[in-house]
Amino acid sequence: MADTELEVRERAPALAAEPSQPTQRVERVTVIRPASRWPHLDVRELWHYRELLGRLTWRDIAVRYKQTSVGVAWAILQPFLTMVVFTFVFGRFANFPSKDVPYPIFVYSALLPWTYFASSVALASSSLVANRGLVTKVYFPRVLLPLAGVTVPIVDFLLALTVLFGMMAWFSVWPSAALLLAPFFLAMAVGAAFGVSLFLSALTVRYRDVSYAIPFLLQIWLFLSGVVYAISALPERWQWVLALNPMTTVISGFQWGVLGTEAPELGQSLVGVAATLVFLVVGLSYFRRSEPKFADTI
Amino acid sequence: MSTAIVTEELCKRYRIGELQSTYGTLRDSLAAAAKRLVHRDHRPHYEEIWALRDVSLEVPEGQVLGVIGRNGAGKSTLLRILTRITTPTSGRAEIHGRVGSLLEVGTGFHPELTGRENVFLNGSVLGMKQREIQGKFDEIVEFAGIEQFVDTPVKRYSSGMSVRLAFAVAAHLEPEILLVDEVLAVGDAEFQRRCLGRMEDLSESGRTVVFVSHQMQAVSQLCDRAILLERGRVVRDGPSGEVVAHYLQTVGGAGSSRSWPDLATAPGDDLARLVSVRVVDEHGETADATDVRRPVGIEIGFRVLRTGGPAVFPKIKVYNARRNVVFNALDTSSRWREPSSPGEYVSTAWIPGNLLNEGLVTIDVGICSLNAPKLHPHAGCVDAVSFHVQDEGEGDSARGLFTGQLQGVVRPLLEWTTDER
Repeated sequence: MADTELEVRERAPALAAEPSQPTQRVERVTVIRPASRWPHLDVRELWHYRELLGRLTWRDIAVRYKQTSVGVAWAILQPFLTMVVFTFVFGRFANFPSKDVPYPIFVYSALLPWTYFASSVALASSSLVANRGLVTKVYFPRVLLPLAGVTVPIVDFLLALTVLFGMMAWFSVWPSAALLLAPFFLAMAVGAAFGVSLFLSALTVRYRDVSYAIPFLLQIWLFLSGVVYAISALPERWQWVLALNPMTTVISGFQWGVLGTEAPELGQSLVGVAATLVFLVVGLSYFRRSEPKFADTI
Repeated sequence: MSTAIVTEELCKRYRIGELQSTYGTLRDSLAAAAKRLVHRDHRPHYEEIWALRDVSLEVPEGQVLGVIGRNGAGKSTLLRILTRITTPTSGRAEIHGRVGSLLEVGTGFHPELTGRENVFLNGSVLGMKQREIQGKFDEIVEFAGIEQFVDTPVKRYSSGMSVRLAFAVAAHLEPEILLVDEVLAVGDAEFQRRCLGRMEDLSESGRTVVFVSHQMQAVSQLCDRAILLERGRVVRDGPSGEVVAHYLQTVGGAGSSRSWPDLATAPGDDLARLVSVRVVDEHGETADATDVRRPVGIEIGFRVLRTGGPAVFPKIKVYNARRNVVFNALDTSSRWREPSSPGEYVSTAWIPGNLLNEGLVTIDVGICSLNAPKLHPHAGCVDAVSFHVQDEGEGDSARGLFTGQLQGVVRPLLEWTTDER
């Protein structure tokens, strides 16, 4: 049971009536009750608010690079410059393993899903606090805010993807048939980012410390995700431990598709999928349980 | 007529300690948790306040309900629950119809976006469909009067412009139920007039409106009914005029009647003392509120204590809410020309209808004698009683069909003649 429920009952035939003729419309009954201890996600309500999700996402995209001189090029510059630095530091000097593809393209293809994940978590975790004015002044399913937060960086991802294709042509690396599975791995990244952000955004409402901890958390997470080195080069025992981090599966799965490197181990991938689902369930239930207090505590 | 809003024993509890620790850090919480582990039954100490207590209401469709009360009485909490921004601690509410809420003008405006973009954003935040906003876009921009600036970022707007734009969006929201919180507190007089006008349009078209405000004149004019909240409870519920008058009496008024049962301590000297003062309507009933069109009486009871004094007579002094003296009036009846014999007298001063302006009226009473060139007061009471003058807005008072503020110390209904030439 949700904190509040939205029921739609048909009373009059739902004709295409103008909003100014309230009698001829579907009557909406809103029931307001105390918060329940075990809330669920009201999917029908989310569907009802889909336009708002679109607007919020669009707003964040529109605002993201306003009043910057290179604008949207930042979406490409960020992973690209990181790739250059990583190539020198980890590829040249440290000589990290890179699954037999040139290190620059190896690290860039890993940076794409990673950058998506990191900016999603950063953006979505602060989404409730950043939209304080909305949260305290108008009702809508709060889930929309972190959801918009993990949707916005998809645009950056798609832009940066064009550079990957350029690099693939340059290094003559060809995708495998597993490219068809790439959307699945990316969906997994979205799910993991959403799950983590649900938890962190609700926690940020209560403890502002979280916003300081997030950059640090992401930095450590980066090194546990197989971005700068190939996970497959680690001892197998560690591979299984790191499989609990969904981003390892996402990254090796994505590279499998675009670079034709070896497939991620199935068992480890399943662990990753399971971990993603756990993130989502835990994140969502913590979020929904904190939700009734957002407006009072934010 | 069907019901638009029903609430059943709505309660909302805040823990003061909790509110304060909201901005606390994770470290504080961990420390508190550790403390609780060590001292077994160390439960955190919270002071509880009930922002709302057993509020049961039924608002029929089409009614305009005013919610009044002091700061912190629970008005905004009630609206926040009805708009689902926060949840009640216990109780239940049911809302029938599409809800639009205006808790703040310009909710969700983003400074980096242009006026056009913000109209769409704000519209969807307020619950409008894309199609609806599209259809009303030109109207909204025209209403706000910012045609040249639609494609300028809102951060470059003057504050007046952005408020106008925000209100224009909100004004074009067409909910079946509108919840409004103190929107009128912002903006200039012109803007407030527009807000009121728009709300009036809405209520005339049969929408249900719940209106929280500190502007008593607006509440008594716009609302059919009002509730008065005090420490989270509904203490008064009835026609808006009566509830507003009652509220004004309790916060700024002197009350509509008072008496001094003990002659020894009653105001006065050895010649005359006051016994009672009351505001009465035409039927002699004590009244907190009066109709601007009807006469109102100030009934003064006093006692003359001895013979041999000068001739005394009652007098009133009338103030409006801004503390301007509206007028003074003496009882000029010939019976007061000679000294009165000892005894109790009750005189009523009848203030005619269509004289006082709307608002709270306060009366000083006195028992005086003539002592040229001055009046010599024998007994007197400052702020003895007060009452609230209201206009039902039926068109036959001096304001006619005008609904805005009609300035003036007095408000006579004049006779107008017109010749056609």
